[in-house]
Amino acid sequence: MSDVINVARAELFKLVRRPAAWTLLAASAVLSQVFGYLIPYLSYAGGDSGPMEGASKEAILASTLPDQLVSNTLGGFPVFAGALALVFGALVFGGEYGWGTVKTVLTQRPGRAASMAGQFLALASAVAVGVVILFALGSVSSTAIAVAQDRSIDFPSFVDLTAGYGAGLAIMLMWASLGALLGVVLRGVALPIGLGVVWVLGVENLVTGVSSSVLTALRPLRDVLPGVNAGSLASAVMPTRPPGIDAPPGVSSYVSDGRALVTVACYVAVCLVAAMLTYRRRDVV
Amino acid sequence: MSAVVEIRDLSKRYGAVTAVDHVSLSVKRGEVYGFLGPNGAGKTTTLRMLLGLIRPTSGDITVLGRRPGDPGVLSTTGSMIEGPAFYPFLSGRDNLKVVARYAGVGAGQIDAVLETVDLATRGGDKFSTYSLGMKQRLGVAAALIKDPDLVVLDEPTNGLDPAGMRDMRALIRRLGDSGRTVILSSHMLGEVQQICDRVGVINNGTMVAESTVDELRGDSELLVRATPADVVLSTLDRIADVEAIRTVDDELRLRVDERHTAGVVRALVAAGADVHEVRRLDRQLEDVFFEITATEASHV
Repeated sequence: MSDVINVARAELFKLVRRPAAWTLLAASAVLSQVFGYLIPYLSYAGGDSGPMEGASKEAILASTLPDQLVSNTLGGFPVFAGALALVFGALVFGGEYGWGTVKTVLTQRPGRAASMAGQFLALASAVAVGVVILFALGSVSSTAIAVAQDRSIDFPSFVDLTAGYGAGLAIMLMWASLGALLGVVLRGVALPIGLGVVWVLGVENLVTGVSSSVLTALRPLRDVLPGVNAGSLASAVMPTRPPGIDAPPGVSSYVSDGRALVTVACYVAVCLVAAMLTYRRRDVV
Repeated sequence: MSAVVEIRDLSKRYGAVTAVDHVSLSVKRGEVYGFLGPNGAGKTTTLRMLLGLIRPTSGDITVLGRRPGDPGVLSTTGSMIEGPAFYPFLSGRDNLKVVARYAGVGAGQIDAVLETVDLATRGGDKFSTYSLGMKQRLGVAAALIKDPDLVVLDEPTNGLDPAGMRDMRALIRRLGDSGRTVILSSHMLGEVQQICDRVGVINNGTMVAESTVDELRGDSELLVRATPADVVLSTLDRIADVEAIRTVDDELRLRVDERHTAGVVRALVAAGADVHEVRRLDRQLEDVFFEITATEASHV
């Protein structure tokens, strides 16, 4: 166990000094703030016809207040923040192949299983901290809007916040694990990122769209896709949206709450096991 | 001396390609072992198997009495294989901190090993800004951070300037003198001759020689420069004490015991040859290496 901790400490030491990690966190934060708060607030503060059609100005403002913190934070997780988490996982695991540092890591003390477990622990820790930061930024923005507009500051209950954080962590960890698996299997960064992002932003939407309209036979396939289950899990912990405010892209209820949670957890476990088996069996050439 | 590394009948095949073919070698505790061979001979593949990075197709390896890649072995083995590999966004010192954390050792050795490889003043600079020689020295520093019993260095003097090469040779010799076992892969045969106790030569994946440097170099040769060539050669061919004759740049090099030197000269003069130069030559490891690898290549 001490080897796993040592590897995790080494990985975290690297991560906090790695510009790419901070760039991805910054991108997640900016996108979360822009789509969760800035655009709705500008829409509310602008003229009579804002960019959000079908919703009253009061509903638009209500969608940015503290009681919607879980919705606004998790809104991007099934799609854009998820894609960034996938990139993060690919960077953490695939980067070692690009620099040739796999041999440096594996010629120290820990065995391959301990190395992989330590790296994954560090990845999970970083993702957990990243989700906390996104929640914290959302809290600050929603509080600022509530104060500016003289509205009550009602945050979700501790239970709802915990459920929201847990679901968010599970979703982001799933995407990061998929990125990690691709990084290990493809032994690099560029190809995993390219394939992963195309999958998250393109293929998932395509399959979901087709299965909902012209080819309903694809629904069983749709219901096991990571993005669909991430969207369903996010939907399960989100409070009721104000009238006229649509759910964020990718957030849906195609799959039941329990099944979505189990599927997301299975993706994490399968990715970890598959990455570890690949890592242990392969020669480092 | 007990063996730190024992390799028996080690093979590694990639499909139809045999990279290492039934290699056996033994490295004793406290010796500096030179591992020589042309590019693509199988040196690095063998060293990677030694460190557990590659699984052998067949054969046995024991390192410090255990299997390669065992945490207990790795914790006392320092290595640099096929060039240094570090994180470009970290400084040299921070890279060593990462290595120390992986190895589960404290950071107390970092300043000392940076000093050892003459990087103390540049330890705070990013690895990406290092020259090839500095990167190489950082790789050696990382290999030493565990205060290892066994040090495996693959081409450690690559990219070093002459002073750096001299310092590296002295460092490796000090490591050997301090009781550590060092396995050194190198193309610099002169440096191997200077610092290694024993050498193993691998060619086309097969071990072709393993011996002490002195045994491998064998007896000295007799350089003879005399004319006319046909008279000289026919005369030398008739002298039974001359074991072998080879021509290097219009000079003849004879394998003949030192006590027969005068007899050779007498025979040449008696045959009417003009003898311009006769002197003893110590064979260099480089000469032996090329002889061995050329012979092996001609048998393929």
